[in-house]
Amino acid sequence: MLNQKVQDVFEEPACGHNKAKSEKDRKKGCTKVATPGAAAGGCAFDGAKIALQPIVDAAHLVHGPIACEGNSWDNRSALSSGSRLYRTGFTTDMNEMDVIYGGEKHLFKAIRQIIERFDPPAVFLYQTCVPAIIGDDIEAVAKAATEKFGRPVIPVNAPGFVGGKNLGNKLAGEALLDYVIGTMEPETTTSTDLNIIGEYNLSGELWQVRPLLDRLGIRISACISGDARYREVASSHRARAAMLVCSKAMINIASKMEERYKIPWFEGSFYGISDMSTSLRNISRLLIERGAPADLAERTEELIAKEEKEAWAAIERFRPGLEGKRALLITGGVKSWSVVSALMEAGLVVVGTSVKKSTKEDKERITELMGEDAHMIDTMTPREMYRMLKDAEADILMAGGRSQFVALKARVPFLDVNQERRFAFAGYKGMVTLVSELHRTITNPIFQVLKNPAPWTPGCRTTPLV
Amino acid sequence: MTTTVKPGENTSPPSEFVSVNPLKMSAPLGGALFFLGLDRSLPVFHGSQGCTSFALVLLGRHFKESIPLQTTAMSEVTTVLGGGDNIQAAILKILEKGKPGVIGICSTGLTETKGEDIVGEVALFRKKHPEHDDVPLVAVSTPDFRGSHEDGFRDAMIRTIEELVAKGDKTVKNQINVLAGSHLTVADIDYLREVLNAFGFSPIFLPDLSRSLDGIIPDNFEPVSMGGTTLDEIRRMGSSEHTLVIGESLRGAGEALLKKSGVPYVVVNRLMGITAFDRFLVTLKNLSGRDYPESLKRERNRLTDSMLDSHFYLGGVKVALGLEPDHLFDMAHFLGENGMELVGSVTTTASPLLSKTPGPKPVTGDLGTLERQAESGKAGLLVTHSHGRQAAGRLDIPLFRVGFPIFDRLGATHRLFIGYRGAMETLFRLSNMMWSRDPENQPDTWYPGEKNPIVFGEGTPEEFVPVNFEGHNERSGGGLP
Repeated sequence: MLNQKVQDVFEEPACGHNKAKSEKDRKKGCTKVATPGAAAGGCAFDGAKIALQPIVDAAHLVHGPIACEGNSWDNRSALSSGSRLYRTGFTTDMNEMDVIYGGEKHLFKAIRQIIERFDPPAVFLYQTCVPAIIGDDIEAVAKAATEKFGRPVIPVNAPGFVGGKNLGNKLAGEALLDYVIGTMEPETTTSTDLNIIGEYNLSGELWQVRPLLDRLGIRISACISGDARYREVASSHRARAAMLVCSKAMINIASKMEERYKIPWFEGSFYGISDMSTSLRNISRLLIERGAPADLAERTEELIAKEEKEAWAAIERFRPGLEGKRALLITGGVKSWSVVSALMEAGLVVVGTSVKKSTKEDKERITELMGEDAHMIDTMTPREMYRMLKDAEADILMAGGRSQFVALKARVPFLDVNQERRFAFAGYKGMVTLVSELHRTITNPIFQVLKNPAPWTPGCRTTPLV
Repeated sequence: MTTTVKPGENTSPPSEFVSVNPLKMSAPLGGALFFLGLDRSLPVFHGSQGCTSFALVLLGRHFKESIPLQTTAMSEVTTVLGGGDNIQAAILKILEKGKPGVIGICSTGLTETKGEDIVGEVALFRKKHPEHDDVPLVAVSTPDFRGSHEDGFRDAMIRTIEELVAKGDKTVKNQINVLAGSHLTVADIDYLREVLNAFGFSPIFLPDLSRSLDGIIPDNFEPVSMGGTTLDEIRRMGSSEHTLVIGESLRGAGEALLKKSGVPYVVVNRLMGITAFDRFLVTLKNLSGRDYPESLKRERNRLTDSMLDSHFYLGGVKVALGLEPDHLFDMAHFLGENGMELVGSVTTTASPLLSKTPGPKPVTGDLGTLERQAESGKAGLLVTHSHGRQAAGRLDIPLFRVGFPIFDRLGATHRLFIGYRGAMETLFRLSNMMWSRDPENQPDTWYPGEKNPIVFGEGTPEEFVPVNFEGHNERSGGGLP
C-alpha cells in the first residue's frame, strides 16, 4: 500500500518536471537513489515531519527508536502565533522489547497518554524505519485510537528508507488529503478565502505576507502548514483559490484539491520583489474569477506600487557597500532565480547559481535575468566550493547551513538562505532584510583582519612597537 | 563489580509510554562523536540517509563545525535483501574519493532490526578486498533502540581498542592513556593534558576532540576530521604505564585495553569541584611519584576563594538536573558540594552510578519528567542541555546549559568545567546567572495586595522586572527549614 502511494505521488500530472520525462523515467520516480558513501540530505520521515509539524496546535508523535526524534526535535524555526504544542518532542522511544514483541500496543498507549495530558485537537503519527520493518501497522493503530478517543489520529506513513525529504513532503501531503482536508466545515466563509500551500512560516515569513493580504481584505483560510491550526487545515476545502508556494514539496495537495473541490491554484513565490508582486496579482485575479469584488485588482495594484517603491528605495541605500561584489548562490528551486533580481538591483554580480532542484522554467528565468552565459551549477562538492572561495572567485556565499563552514573556513562571508536561517526573507520587507544582511556580512571588517598573516608566518609585515 | 546493572541495560519497564521532550540522543550519534575525535577519520552510519542527516545536523549545531559523516544510504529494498553490499559500496566510494585515517562504521536501528551483523559484514569486506588491507576499519554495533549516546560512544571506543591497539611488548615510562568521556569539552581535555604534563606524564587521549573539533581552519577542505588521536598514538596505547578511565560508562573500554595489552586502569568518576579534583591529584601523585605542581596549588587557592564568594548566591538554590549518567554523577556532586540542593534528577540510560548519585535517585526519563520534578520541587535553576530551554521558559527559571547538544549558545565546547579552574569558572557563571535574576523588593513584596498598588509614573524604569514573589521568598528563605 505504501508502495502504491509512492508510485502515485510520482505520477503527478501537474508537475512540469514530471511531464518532461519519458514514460520509463517517470516510472522510476523523482527520488534519485542515494549512493552509499556519497549521500547527503534527510530521509522521507524528515520531509514528512517538516511539512506537517508547523500545524501548531497538534501533537506530533514519532513512532520509532530515539534517533528519529531525539536527534532532531525542535530544530526548525517554524514559528507559531499561538500554541507551542508543536515544539514538544513526542516519541515512543522504542526499545528492544518493542522490536521483539511489536510496538503497536506501546504506540496506542502513547497516544492515550498524549490525549489525556495535552488534549490536542489532533495527533499526527509518524512511521519510521524500525516499526515499518517489524510490521507495526500505524494505520490500524490510528484508526483504533481515533475511534476509542474520539479524536483525529492521523497516520503519516513515510518511513525514512522509502526515499528522500522531498518524497516525505509529498507523502505528508497525501496524509492530509486522505485524513484531514475536508473533514471539518469552516465556521464562516468569505469570497476571498485563500489557501497557501507549501509555506512553513520559517522565521515568521508568513507574517511578512499576511498583513498585506489583510490590507486587501483577503482571508487566509488555511496555510498548509505554517502557523496553521488543525481546524483550518481540516476545513480548507471551502477556500476559493490557492497559491502553491513550494512546488517541489506539496504540489499533490494543490492538484488534488482542484480535482476534488474545484479550487483553482497557481504556483508562485514570496521571494524577490517582482515575484511577490506577481503572486499578489495572481491571488487577486484568481479570487476575482471566483467571485471576489472586482475592485480587488485595483487595490492590489495600489498596494504593490506602494510596497515596491518603499522596498526599492530601501535596497538602494545599501548599493554603495555592495556595488560590484560577487555572490555565489547555492540554493534550490525558485530561489535560484527569484532573489537574483534583488541582488542585481543592489549592485551585486551573481557569479553562479545552483540549479540542482530547479525546473526547466526556473532555468529559463535564470537565463532571462543573467544572460546566456549565466553560470548554472548543477552540483558542487564542498571541496570545489572551498577552492572557488579560497581563490577569491566570489565575495560571498549564499547557501544553506550545510555550506556555512565551507565558506567560513575559507574566511569568506556567508549568508544562510535556507531553512536554519535566523532571518525572514519573504515579501517586500524580507527582501530588504536580505540585502541588509548581505551588506552587514560583506562589510564586516573581520574578513580583512583574518587575512592578515600571523606574526610567525614568513612574510608577515607587522612591525614592533617603538 | 558490586552491582549487576550494566551500562546501557534498561532493566525496569517504562512507566511512561510516550517520551515527552527527549533528553536522550541515539547510540550511533555517540559512536560518531567518538570517531570524530580520531585523526582524519570518517564515521559512517549503516542505515537510511536520515539517520546520518539528523546526527550530522545536530553535531554541526553543537560544535559549529562542518561534520564529516557518511551513510550507507539504505533503502527499503536493500534493507530487506541485506545491507552488506551497501557497506562495501560505501567503503569503496569513500576510498575512491580520498583516504581517511580511520573509517568508523556504526549500525543503526534499521539495520539491527533486520539482525545484520555489522562486524561480520566488515570482515567480509576485508576478505573480498585485500587491496584495502591497510585502511583501518572499525565496525561497531549501535542499535538506536538500545542505550543512549554515552553507550554508543563507549562501544565505539571498545571496538577501536580491540581493532587498533597493538599488544605493546615494552612499557614506555610516563606514558599514560586517558579514555576521555563523552561529556568532556575541548577545554576540559586541554586542561587535563596540562595537568598531566605538569606531573611529567605524556598522555594519549582517546578520543581527542581538542584537536579535531576545536575550530581548526585548514588549508584544504577535506571531508574527514581534521585532527584528533592519530593512528600511531592508538597503536602505542598498549605500551603505556597506566590508563585513566574518565567516567564509569567507559569501564568496559578500560577493561578491553587491559585485556588486549595488559595496561592497568583507574576509573575516575569525578573531576568537577574541589574534593573530586583533590582526590584526582592525589591519584596522579601516587602514579607519577612527583610532587604537586606550584601552579595547581595557586589554582586551588583561587577556587577556595571563589567558593566563598559564590556561596552567597548559590547556597540553598534548588536545582533540577538532566544529564547522561557519568556527567550527572559528576555534576550532582559538584552542585551539592557548593550548597545547592537537587530536587530533580533525570538521566538517559542505566548505570551503576545512579544509586550512588547524591540527591533524589535519578530516574531514566525525558525532559518532560524533569520539568515535572522541577515544578513540584520548586526548582530555582534548571541544569541540562539546550533542549531544556522550553521547560525553563515555562517554569520561568534560568537554564544552565551543559552537556550535549548546546545549539543556541556559542562556545559550548570551549567552556572549562573540570579541575580547580573549571570549578571556579563554573561557579562564577552559575552565581552570575542567579544574581542577575535577583528580584528587587517592593513595598508589597511580603504582604501582597494589602497596600495601594505601586503606581509607576512616566519614569517607569525600563529594566523593571515583575517580581516573582514565590521565587523570591524561596530563594531568600533557602536553607532554612
